[in-house]
Amino acid sequence: MLIATAIGIAVNRDLLSVVMLSSIYGLLSANFFVTMDAVDVAFTEAAVGAGISPLLMFTTMAIVGRYEKLPHRWSLSALVLVSITGALLLVATMDMPAFGAPDAPAQQHVAPRYIEQSGQEVGIPNIVTSVLATYRGFDTFGEVTVIFTAGVGVLSLLMVGDRATKPLSSHLLKASQHKILRIVSKVLIAPILLFALYVQFHGDYGPGGGFQSGVIFAAAIIVYTMLFGLDSARQVIDQAWVRVMAAVGVLLYGAVGVVSMVNGGNFLDYDVLAKDPLHGQHYGIIVIELGVGITVAAVMVLIYFSFAGRLVDRGHQDD
Amino acid sequence: MTDMLLTHYNYWVVMVLMMIGFYIVIAQGNLVKKLVGLNIFQTSVFILYISAGKVSGGSAPILDDAISVYSNPLPHVLILTAIVVGIATTALGLALIIRLREAYGSAEEKDIQEQNQC
Repeated sequence: MLIATAIGIAVNRDLLSVVMLSSIYGLLSANFFVTMDAVDVAFTEAAVGAGISPLLMFTTMAIVGRYEKLPHRWSLSALVLVSITGALLLVATMDMPAFGAPDAPAQQHVAPRYIEQSGQEVGIPNIVTSVLATYRGFDTFGEVTVIFTAGVGVLSLLMVGDRATKPLSSHLLKASQHKILRIVSKVLIAPILLFALYVQFHGDYGPGGGFQSGVIFAAAIIVYTMLFGLDSARQVIDQAWVRVMAAVGVLLYGAVGVVSMVNGGNFLDYDVLAKDPLHGQHYGIIVIELGVGITVAAVMVLIYFSFAGRLVDRGHQDD
Repeated sequence: MTDMLLTHYNYWVVMVLMMIGFYIVIAQGNLVKKLVGLNIFQTSVFILYISAGKVSGGSAPILDDAISVYSNPLPHVLILTAIVVGIATTALGLALIIRLREAYGSAEEKDIQEQNQC
């Protein structure tokens, strides 16, 4: 099914259906991740692949136009190149370990240690969260910084002034006059926000954590923005405030590292945060997951606001 | 050969997806479409990692006394963060496309190159 959807994307010229297909593709791959036991990943993929990424593409499409200009031709040289690469990869798979084999190299190195020791060392049931926040805390810090930097990049490319008093362009208002959409979304948005908070704070025990809750939270706000227009969303959430929050998340994460250094440990060593190492680990993980969640949610909302702001500006130019 | 098919089909699914994404990126002119292709390519890599972490008979890596075999949590961590970083970079790409469209009046690779040669 994944492959069929992907081929559909390749053949289709209408960008609208391409984006719809890519949303289905995201949902399918989320299902696939569940069957592969990767529940945390499935959460993220469902929110990002099926939710935020198509929304951003729609907005871009509204700006750059819906149809591809040039007639679609099968490019022979590209096909040949792709087939050769595919054949080489096929040869390479011959040496790969069998699917699901417990003795594969990937299962040998650090993974058994994480599975056996993390229960005692970190004391939380979700191994994914403990690896993310503790053993690979430096990586995660780097990734949060990358997300923050990407947000800054989008802002600098699509900077729009804070002209919140401008009237809405008509096509953005249309959606908010649609009764069914408006009522359904009003019913849905509050539970989505609550669910995001649940995912955030329950991440230690079940699937979830800062990255997932950040994207779910942002998705709720983006739905609100789509239906009620950018300006009413900006009245609820000030854009300058969102900008500050994006930085606060990263700083919160870094601050945990600095505090653990002040307490005599290494950077991001949570053992020293409380008298008992296990408690220290708990505090550390909760705070940095909060930092991750704040940054991810703020950057996603910020990115959507700048895209939608561009759209509104263009609407004014066309009038 | 049938043996091979049963034990390695995950790699082949990844390979086919990756090649479709690759084809879209190099053969098609529309920049938005190229980004969608890049996303497919990216997802195929995610699937490769996650399927490498699967242990047959294993359960999701959440500790419980009743379970003894877990799938590998490490790929999950790597891919979890990679997905969110991926959407952030995709957004950056889309922002660049919007600026290109404003500068050149088109989101097609060919039009942009022609205008550059003039």
